[in-house]
Formats: sequence, C-alpha cells, structure tokens
Amino acid sequence: MKRDDFSWMIGGVQGSGVDTSANVFARAAAAGGLHVFGKREYYSNIKGEHSYFQVRVSKDLIRSHVDTVDMLATFEEETIFRHALEVRSEGAIIYDPSQDNKRLDQVSTIEAQVEAALNAELSKAGLSADVRGIIELARRRGVHIYPIPYDDLLKTIGSKHGESSLSTLQRMLNVLAVAASYALLSFDEELVKDAVRKQFRSKPKVAEMNAFAVEATYDFMQGKYAGSFAHKLSPIKFEGPRLYVRGNSMVAMAKELAGCRLQTYYPITPASDESEYLEAHAEMQLDGSAAQENPQLGEVAAMQTKGNIVVVQSEDEIAAITMAIGGGIVGVRSSTSTSGPGFSLMAEGMGYAGMNEVPVVVTLYSRGGPSTGLPTRHEQGDLRFALHAGHGEFPRLVLASGDLEEAFYDTVRAFNYSERYQTPVIHIVDKALANSDGTLPMLDVTRVKIDRGEFRREITDAVNGEYERFKHTPNGISPRPPVGTKGGVYWLTGDEHTELGHISEDPTNRDYMMEKRMGKIPLADKEIPISDRANFFGPENADITVVSWGSTKGAILDAMEWLKQDGITVNFLQLRLINPFPTEYVTQIFSKAKKIVGIEMNYSGQLIGIVRERTCIPVEQLVVKYNGRPMSSEELYDALKLIHGGDAPNRIVLKHGA
Amino acid sequence: MALKLSDLKTTAHNDWCPGCGDFGILNAVQMALAEMNVDPSNTVVVSGVGCSSKAPHFIKTYGVHTLHGRSVPFATGIKLANPNMEVVIEGGDGDGLGIGAGHFVNSGRRNIDMLYIIHDNEVYGLTKGQAAPTLGLGVKTKSLPSPNINQGINPLLLAIASGYTWVARGYSYDVRHLKDLIIKGIRHKGYAFLDVLQPCPTYNDIQTKEYWAGEGHLDAAGKMQPRTYKLEDTGYDGVVHNHDEAEMEQKVQQAVLKSFEFGDRTPIGVFYQNEFVSTYEDRLAVRTPSYKTNPPAAQEIARPDGTPLTNINKLLDELRVA
Repeated sequence: MKRDDFSWMIGGVQGSGVDTSANVFARAAAAGGLHVFGKREYYSNIKGEHSYFQVRVSKDLIRSHVDTVDMLATFEEETIFRHALEVRSEGAIIYDPSQDNKRLDQVSTIEAQVEAALNAELSKAGLSADVRGIIELARRRGVHIYPIPYDDLLKTIGSKHGESSLSTLQRMLNVLAVAASYALLSFDEELVKDAVRKQFRSKPKVAEMNAFAVEATYDFMQGKYAGSFAHKLSPIKFEGPRLYVRGNSMVAMAKELAGCRLQTYYPITPASDESEYLEAHAEMQLDGSAAQENPQLGEVAAMQTKGNIVVVQSEDEIAAITMAIGGGIVGVRSSTSTSGPGFSLMAEGMGYAGMNEVPVVVTLYSRGGPSTGLPTRHEQGDLRFALHAGHGEFPRLVLASGDLEEAFYDTVRAFNYSERYQTPVIHIVDKALANSDGTLPMLDVTRVKIDRGEFRREITDAVNGEYERFKHTPNGISPRPPVGTKGGVYWLTGDEHTELGHISEDPTNRDYMMEKRMGKIPLADKEIPISDRANFFGPENADITVVSWGSTKGAILDAMEWLKQDGITVNFLQLRLINPFPTEYVTQIFSKAKKIVGIEMNYSGQLIGIVRERTCIPVEQLVVKYNGRPMSSEELYDALKLIHGGDAPNRIVLKHGA
Repeated sequence: MALKLSDLKTTAHNDWCPGCGDFGILNAVQMALAEMNVDPSNTVVVSGVGCSSKAPHFIKTYGVHTLHGRSVPFATGIKLANPNMEVVIEGGDGDGLGIGAGHFVNSGRRNIDMLYIIHDNEVYGLTKGQAAPTLGLGVKTKSLPSPNINQGINPLLLAIASGYTWVARGYSYDVRHLKDLIIKGIRHKGYAFLDVLQPCPTYNDIQTKEYWAGEGHLDAAGKMQPRTYKLEDTGYDGVVHNHDEAEMEQKVQQAVLKSFEFGDRTPIGVFYQNEFVSTYEDRLAVRTPSYKTNPPAAQEIARPDGTPLTNINKLLDELRVA
C-alpha cells in the first residue's frame, strides 16, 4: 500500500490551543492548493485532559484519516507519551528537550492501562519511563527526532517585540510547533504567515507577533536542521475558490439556505456547535425580495431584504422538539439538533409531529452510547432508534450523510422531504463528520431547490369558518395552510382525529387516518429517485461488495483506491436514505455481488440487520468498530484484504485509536 | 364586524362531566375573545393533555391540543415563529405543574407575550382522581386510597419566582370576573399566568362549588361567607407603576405574601403586574432587528421555481481558504 499524502498530528492539553494550531496548519496547506482532512479527538472535559488533532494533506482528494503519523508536533510530555510510538519509521517528532526528565508516572491524566503498556515497552527496551526514554525508543524505531528549545526561541521573539512575560509568550507555543513542522517540510513560509494572520485577524498585534514567531522558527530550523527531513510539501496549482469546513457548520449553512427559520436546542456534544453557529449568524441576506426589485417600497420593505432565524436554547430536549414542532405548525421550516441522550427525550414529540402531519427536522449527531456513553467520541449506534423512536406507528424519513458535502445537500433534502410528506425527518450526522474538517471546492448553491410540497398561504374553501386540514386526497397528502392562515380555522390533536382535527375514536375514521399517514412512506419510496437515496462506487462487478452508511464513506473510498493498486476490486453501496429503504435497488446490486461485506461503526451491524429485514438477503461478513474512534482507511484496507484472502472471521472488530 | 359569542363555539362534542368547573373557564375564555373582537384565524389556543386540555376543540379559533405537559413549549415555538398571533395556553394543574413543571419555570425566564391559564382543581380528572401537584399534604379527596403524601405547590408563588410578569387568580364560577382577568392577561405585554380555582364535581369532594361559596364557613349571624374575595375590593394594587427596581421589589414581596393566603379567605384578582420587563420578542429583535418586521412566519424562503432566497455568500466567504 502506497500512501501519497502526509499525516501530521499535534496534541496538547485540552483548552491550550490545539485546535488553533491545527487550523493554522490546515489553512496554510489549503491555501497552497493541497487537499486537507482533519480529525479532532477530545475528552468530555473543559480543561486539562489530552486532546489531539490529526491533519492529513495530499495533492489528491482525501476523505479519511490514517492511523500512521508522519510527523508529530508536541510541546508537552503527555502528547509524547501517548503518540510517539504511532510515528512511522523515517517520520519525525518535534519536541522540547527541557521535557526530557518528565516521568510517565507524573502524568495524572494518562489512564492506568496506557501507562502500564508503555512501562512494559520501555522496560523491555531497557529504557527509563520518562520523556528521554520514549524519545529514545522512537529514535531506535527509525524516527527522526527534532529537539527545539521553545523557551529560548520565545525569549528571542519576545525581546524583538518588547514582550517579556513568559506566560504571554507561551501562548505562541502552538504556532511555534506548526512553524517548526512546516520548516522541516520546506513549505512556503509566506503561506504559513498568512494563515497565522488570518487566524488572529481580530487581534492585529497578536497576529503580527505570531507571524514574526513563524519567521524566527523558520530561521532557527533552517539554521539547525536544513535538509534533514526527506519529505517535502509544496504548494500546487489548483483551480477555483476552495473552502475549509467542519461538519457542524456545513449543516448550519445549509439550514439557512434551506429556509430554516426556527432552530431549538438543548446543549449537548457534539450538536451544540451547529446551533451556536446559527445564533452567531442569525440575521441573513434575502435575495430577490420585493424591496430589491422595487426600491421605492420604502424602509419597511427594505427590512424584508433581511431574514432571520430564531435560535432558542430550551430547558430540555422535550421542549426543543415541541418548540420546533410549534414552528412547523405555523408554517416555518423548523429544526432541532441533538445527540443520542437528547433524542431519547424527543421520542414522544416525534409521534405528535407524525400524528399531526407537521414537518420538522431533527439533526441527530451520532455519538457513543448508550446512556452518557462516550459523549465526545464516535459511533453509529442510533440507526435502529432513529427508525423506531416513538410509540405507535407513524411515518418518518431517515437520512444519513456520508461526508461534509453530503451533509450540506442532505440538510436541504431533509427539509424538502419533511414538507413534501408533512412528517418528521431525522438527519443523522456522525460525530466523526461533525468534528471533521476538510477542504472542498466552492459549494454549488444553484443545485439547491426548495420543495414546500402542498404548503398554502391561504384558505379559500372553509365551511362555516372551519377548514379540513386532514382532508381526504388520493395520495394521502392534504393541502397545508399553516395555523394562523386567514380564511378559516382547524384543530390539531395528539388524539386520533377527524379531517377537521377533532378527537375521534371512530373505527372507520381511524382506518382512513392510519392509511393516510402510513401511505406516505410508500409514496416517498415511489417519488424519490434512487440517485438521492444511495451512492454506488466502483466497478459493476467486483471481488468484494461493501455496504455501509454514514461517515465510513471516506475511509471505504480511500481503502478501495489502495486495494485497486493491489489488484483487488471493490464496489461500494452507500445508503443515504435508510427509510424508505430502497429494497429493489439493493436487491439488484446484491444479486451481482460475489462477497458482501457490511461495514459499520457499531456493535451489532444495525444496517445489515435492516438490509436482511427488507431484502431477506443475509450479509454474513461484517466489519465493525465501537471503541469510539472512527475507522481509518488503513484499518479497512487491512480488513478487506484479509477478507479477500479468504481467512477472515465472519466478524472483524477494528481496534485502532487513541 | 363584531364577533359574537356564538361565533366562537364549535359543534365538537363536549364530554366534560355535568357541573365541571371547566365550563365556566371555557365560557369566560369565549366571552373574553368575543369582547376583544379577535380574529379567530389569528388566534390559537394551545393545550396539553387532560380534561381541561380538550378546551381548544370547543373554541372556534385555531386549536392545538398537544402532549401531556408540553403546551408551553409548543406555544413558545408557535409564538416565536409567528409573533403576530394571539396565543392563549390552557391546561390542568397536573399538566402544567407536574409533568410540565420544567417548562412552567423556564418559560418564566423568557417573558413571551402569551397568557397561560391553569385549570386548578387539585386532582387528575381524566385518569380518575389521583392527587395533582396543587393538592395539599394530608388532604384525602374522594378517590384517593389514603391522604395525600405530598405537599401542594403554590402556583402563584412559583410563577412569581419564575419571572412571570403578570400573575393572577380567578374562580371558574365567577365567570364575569374571570373574563375580565383573561382580557387583562391577554392584553398584558409579556408572559401572563392565570391560576383558576375550579371544582371537580367528580373527584374533588373537598373544594367543591359549595365549599367556595362558603359552606361551613359562617359569620356570627350564621350566614355563609364565600371563601374567595376580590383583591381589587380591598384596595390591593399589584401593578408596578414606575420603572424602578425598588418599586418592583416591593410589589414582588407584596404578591409573594399575598400568595400564601388560601382557604377560608382566598384572594382572586391580579397579584402582580410589571410591564417594564422586556419581552423575549423584544430581545430577539435586538439580536436580529429584522425580527420585528419580518418574523419567521412572514419570510418567503424560495422563489416559485424553488430557488432559495437566502444568500449565504457571506458565510461561504468566511470559510474560504483560497
């Protein structure tokens, strides 16, 4: 397997600016035309625990992370202890030699199991259990070691900028680590300085001092280590504007574009970032409004060129879902964003929306469960729950996005389906996507269309002032003038109800209403084109057919490329719309499959269970992972290779991750 | 065209027990809406689940009969998305102060311009007479196997503590007085709470219509003394008249003290009113000025051909790296 990319990692104490440095690193690479994929791992903690950020860069499109680390940038001991042995032979570690005497047993935040394993390795090698020992072990494994006396460097920078406080200067450690990395890679210094200036653009003085720190670090590194590291990174020519985005903000932007105007949430990781983004961008520009086309309409009309989204932080997730449904009731595209524990509280509200045919979108950020589970880690354990949450039977559509771009377009689809079929839609976005960053070409907003289905702005056919909201229609979808529409009134109730919305326990009415609501899923199944429901990658005939969903997409596609180089052909069916399930299409794909492999980030293989339920086709070979860390393309490559060799157990559990 | 009381009645079958206090509250709501000449299609009554929460079906405005305990967050979503609508919430004491207590308290922090009426009969009627959160410790209503083991909540005290800016109590058989309170509550700029004493003839055999009329509570001459009295008749003034912290504090304290009076002399009327607190809608308009003139329900989001109207170029620019 030949990798044509570079994997860089930075770690540090949570709250010490690890994110900032990763952002600077990624932005500099992206500005040089390189493709970037970044993965953030952190504890459920505010300050003090270890967090790390892995950034992969390449000339070509990349969609996943790898386990191998080509360069590890550190400025404290815990990152060295935790990650030094992940660095490949011929890779590099940047570290501060003043840490040499720090002992492993002094790092209270390292788990006992991790400490014991490291102690064993070090003692086997006859090395001391401190930074000096582990650095020596890495060196023996062929890793290049680059000691950098950060404090000396900081003092030099400080004296030039008239800053003598070491604690102030130490805030630049992150940038020093980034600059040292790029200097070793002989990457364009100006691009790094630009990225630093952009990162600190709101504080010009800080920006300049940091830009100078880049310069000083480059000088130091070139003076001491020029030409010592073989791998080089250079900017490449590329076309068009490019974005560097994170999953949460992709969803948020798409919500604004889709016309979502009420977002409710109760704080929960990893969903809240999306709502906070929306609140920070709550007022927006509306195009093509009457005022722009006819300026003499005056000041009030000019206000119509501004739109706004109401973002409400609710008292709990029960309030979040019911408030959002309230917005849907008055005809406003509304959504709530949550994660497993919050979604559990929303189950009853989901049923109300189903019963009353109210459009509402739930963005479900999937994290490790059950209960509080692994709150900041990744898992795809909620698919079954998303399909069934709530008592009784009501229709819902369930969408799952596979990458950052899909998260954007699927968000708009979620609102369209929700209004077209007048029922709740659950959009699953994995934690691995929510907290992944990547470069993308500029999004094509002209691809986006808004479909409001049978939404109406007026009532003209009320009888005696009363309007039949749940009127009989051939396909079960009734016109939907929202509550508040002039010309009539109607009722909603969680009880079974008549066409007017009054309570009814009449058996004939019950049959009609159940059939009206439940008929929406077959209707959606008929109407939604397969291209919006599933992706198929690779050759029609292949040695292995992979079936998966959600954020595993990137790792699978990257692994497929490598397997192709080994002469192993793989095709991949990615399911995006899980309900309604594309039964015929899946059956047809599987009828040509030689060996079907289910790949999922959960224990039980939830999707392949659903596949079996809908198609009666058993998928006997499963690759799963549930340790909270996303699958890497390397792990999948190894697993698929093993399966191809014919000696694999039916169930392969992937274990990598720190 | 003036709205008549009959215009607000529906033909939906009403299955409340004969003599239920809900009827008085329903009449008072309809009278208030008629007197205010509201536009029925711009008015919505939102309720939870329970006997009293069936009320919207009998009122010919929009009616949203929601989930048990959730009337307030549903109404919150409705009002914030369409602030031009008149929103009245109705529900029982179990609905609002038991299962929905979290919403009761937290909605007080928002001060959304809505009226919340609680039908307070101290029992869960629809599930056959269990103790509701307002029932006092040791009280044994008809269908309880043993006296109530919990203390009762003081809804007025809780509302004041939670930040409601208009707090009042009415009595379901004093329909005219109740109607006036409902009008005041709807007109109040901010979040209004109206607790209504309501006999449950089937399950509450303690606080009956006769109890409130003064049965067993006689003056020296042997005449029945009603157990309710009107605050306004005593010169009580719960209104904050000036934008002044000290005055507000004094009125809150006065209302708190008054809220403890219950039993033989139970006050009805306005306990507290303060219009100097910004509404949630005002606060949203500070965050997004266009909220006032172009709230969510008024915004068009797409052209007829489905092209979105929202321009996200600025957001995309923020994320551009090259």
